[in-house]
Amino acid sequence: MKIANKLKRKLIQIAAFGFTNSHIGNFMEGKLYIGKWKQFCNPGLNCYSCPAASFACPIGAMQAVAGSMNYSFSFYVTGFLLAIGVLLGRFICGWICPFGLIQEFIHKIPSKKLRLPKPFTYVKYAVLLIFVIILPVAATNYMGIGKPAFCQFICPSGTLVGGIPMLSTHKELRDTIGLLFSVKMTILLGTVIGCVFIYRFFCKTLCPLGAIYGLLNKVSFYHLEVDKLKCVKCGKCVTTCKMDVDPVKNPNSAECIRCGACQAVCPTKAISIGFTSNKISIRKEIEQ
Amino acid sequence: MKKNKKTIHRPFFQMGILAVAVAMIAYGTLRGEVMTVFHKATNICLECIGLG
Repeated sequence: MKIANKLKRKLIQIAAFGFTNSHIGNFMEGKLYIGKWKQFCNPGLNCYSCPAASFACPIGAMQAVAGSMNYSFSFYVTGFLLAIGVLLGRFICGWICPFGLIQEFIHKIPSKKLRLPKPFTYVKYAVLLIFVIILPVAATNYMGIGKPAFCQFICPSGTLVGGIPMLSTHKELRDTIGLLFSVKMTILLGTVIGCVFIYRFFCKTLCPLGAIYGLLNKVSFYHLEVDKLKCVKCGKCVTTCKMDVDPVKNPNSAECIRCGACQAVCPTKAISIGFTSNKISIRKEIEQ
Repeated sequence: MKKNKKTIHRPFFQMGILAVAVAMIAYGTLRGEVMTVFHKATNICLECIGLG
């Protein structure tokens, strides 16, 4: 029995969500999992201050190392992201990322659905550069310790899965709520509203992890190809794509999350997604 | 001709990035970054939850 791509992707997303957030019991006591798996990074965006989280958030970890007294750059986390990115690209966003799944569920709330103007998709690169790379190293205290600026001022995932559960269970933390928490709650609210109207609003506009994987989408082993001989230019792939990508014009777009929706609707099976290349077979067909 | 050259060299470029990534992970691990990540991930991150 062949499972439809949409259902297969959803099942894998839910399984990945469960695997990377398996310590659900910690929500009741408001404590964190402190086992050895926390030294490894989650390929997707998942706050390590979420009580259920089994792994470290790669963006948080990158800032934590770069902002620490001993280091100003994380080879460990950058190497991890580079390896995952060159192997899978934004497949991680489409199939593995827990916050991506949350956004997809929010988008199911009935409303008018909108498309995001293209210039907004470049904001995430500025967020990556300023908040993840520069500020943790440049804005340091007298001891040379920098703060994770993205986590502190932007990350709505941290507020949702870390902040709200932790503050709900710790009165001493609730007593210290200030302006910063209001700012982060406003960003979370804005993200939720954005996600209702725009598919994966946060992924498209603000996610620094999506920016990293997006850049590596162009060179990743796992990639999308369009057989120009089979393509009838019907445009179904363009209208189906919720990430606003034209797979024919730009098959390895930084916005493509490899969800496979275009492949599923293609009437001539011209689109292929995977690790192997069809270029050799296409060339042979042309030669014949 | 140009297109063929690009196709042939792409896997080498990808393997090059992967090799650099593995080397970075190994170097980062050797200089003790893993402990920094572990320490940060096993304590409540006040910045992440909006208090720091």
